[in-house]
Amino acid sequence: MILDNEQFRLKVGLAEMLKGGVIMDVVNAEQAVIAERAGACAVMALERVPSDIRKEGGVARMSPVSIIREIMASVSIPVMAKARIGHFSEARILEALGVDYIDESEVLTPADEEHHILKKDFSVPFVCGARNLGEALRRIAEGAAMIRTKGEAGSGNIVEAVRHIRTIVKEMRHLTILGKEELVHEAKILGAPLDLVEWVAEHGKLPVPNFSAGGIATPADAALVLNLGAEAVFVGSGIFKSSDPEARAKAIVKATTYYKDPQKLLEASEELGMAMPGLDISKLPEGELMQTRGW
Amino acid sequence: MKKRVGVLALQGDFEAHEKALVRAGAEAVQVRTASELESVDGLVIPGGESTTMLKLLNLMDLKEPLRRFIGEKPVFGTCAGAILLANEVCNPAQESFGAVDLTVERNAYGRQIDSRVAHITPEAEFRERAGGDDLEAVFIRAPIIRRAGPGVKVLAEYHGNPVLVEQGKYLIATFHPELTMDSRVHKLFLSKL
Repeated sequence: MILDNEQFRLKVGLAEMLKGGVIMDVVNAEQAVIAERAGACAVMALERVPSDIRKEGGVARMSPVSIIREIMASVSIPVMAKARIGHFSEARILEALGVDYIDESEVLTPADEEHHILKKDFSVPFVCGARNLGEALRRIAEGAAMIRTKGEAGSGNIVEAVRHIRTIVKEMRHLTILGKEELVHEAKILGAPLDLVEWVAEHGKLPVPNFSAGGIATPADAALVLNLGAEAVFVGSGIFKSSDPEARAKAIVKATTYYKDPQKLLEASEELGMAMPGLDISKLPEGELMQTRGW
Repeated sequence: MKKRVGVLALQGDFEAHEKALVRAGAEAVQVRTASELESVDGLVIPGGESTTMLKLLNLMDLKEPLRRFIGEKPVFGTCAGAILLANEVCNPAQESFGAVDLTVERNAYGRQIDSRVAHITPEAEFRERAGGDDLEAVFIRAPIIRRAGPGVKVLAEYHGNPVLVEQGKYLIATFHPELTMDSRVHKLFLSKL
């Protein structure tokens, strides 16, 4: 089973080191330096933040190599970068470049509408999005060493992130009360490999760290998803599309560590400017949703 | 009575350390505030991002309470924790508590792709005190100890560099014993309490 593989354990090991932290989207070295200074535990390099991708449309691809290289040279924390779903050539380029983690991400325009990258063939670790347990376990079976719930990127609206983390936690809890013979049927419903379904049934959690993404715009949003079971957060447009990126980044870092402490959350929420503008996801046309990308 | 050990839980693999401490026979608690720090007999500073931990220590006025704690009680640092406890840090230079006479180079093996699991034979002293088998050492974007002062005892080396050292009440590992099921390193730390 993939979980026993030594290289896979190393990939999961780096994800363990990122727990309790904030991974921030950055589009250039200048933003990366601000993120590191504010206490990010890693940065995610991408061409445009999700809210701009949403606004400008067109095809969203892997970041230009020169920009990722500049970001890697400018900070000492881990650098992640996004590749399109199924685009194993973009991923090979990122691996050769030496990024610390690849996000096979629905935020970029998918390159393959049926298949994801076979991530266990790579030496670099991958994180993938998921909306439910079946999707999470399929990605782990392909080799993802970290899962993040998808939420709805670039929306500034936490409702989808909440839906996805609640769904995954509920589905895992359900597995723990089933009999062993029931798990085969459950694996069929989930569309996930039986050995991973059995592992979750025994442990009540995912075999890799489970982070949250997509719609986190305030310290309170970060605390909410952590209290629901996420182990760290990705913040995309929420920081650099707000009126006060560095202060907001620091506040979200603080809220992620002290998510159970209302007094410290209050302190983190004070003296912040305007959050990014939000979108009502129920009014978005189906075709504009990013979370439905991925199979 | 079980020893009560804190794990600094600002960021990083603090949960893995909690579990490892419990396997080694201690009571483990997460520490995020000065009052939580006062309630424990020893502290583990886990792996994670040392820059993030420093930011939070400064932001939350925890640096002075932690400095006092380090002055008085046993502390075990792994990876980022090793960086925070050293008296000199390079690549890049950053502030640290200077408890252990070491020069530590951050991310010295390279990036994640250069992370590795190594099987190392510890020094005789470690084998006598903790047991004889090899250690499985998980290095993740690990630092390298470039210099160990005369008061530092080397308990294990990898490729000629110290990776497990002690100095009085402090224990330092550049690898992650908390990510394996081998409790010997954590038990060695508990013996200092």
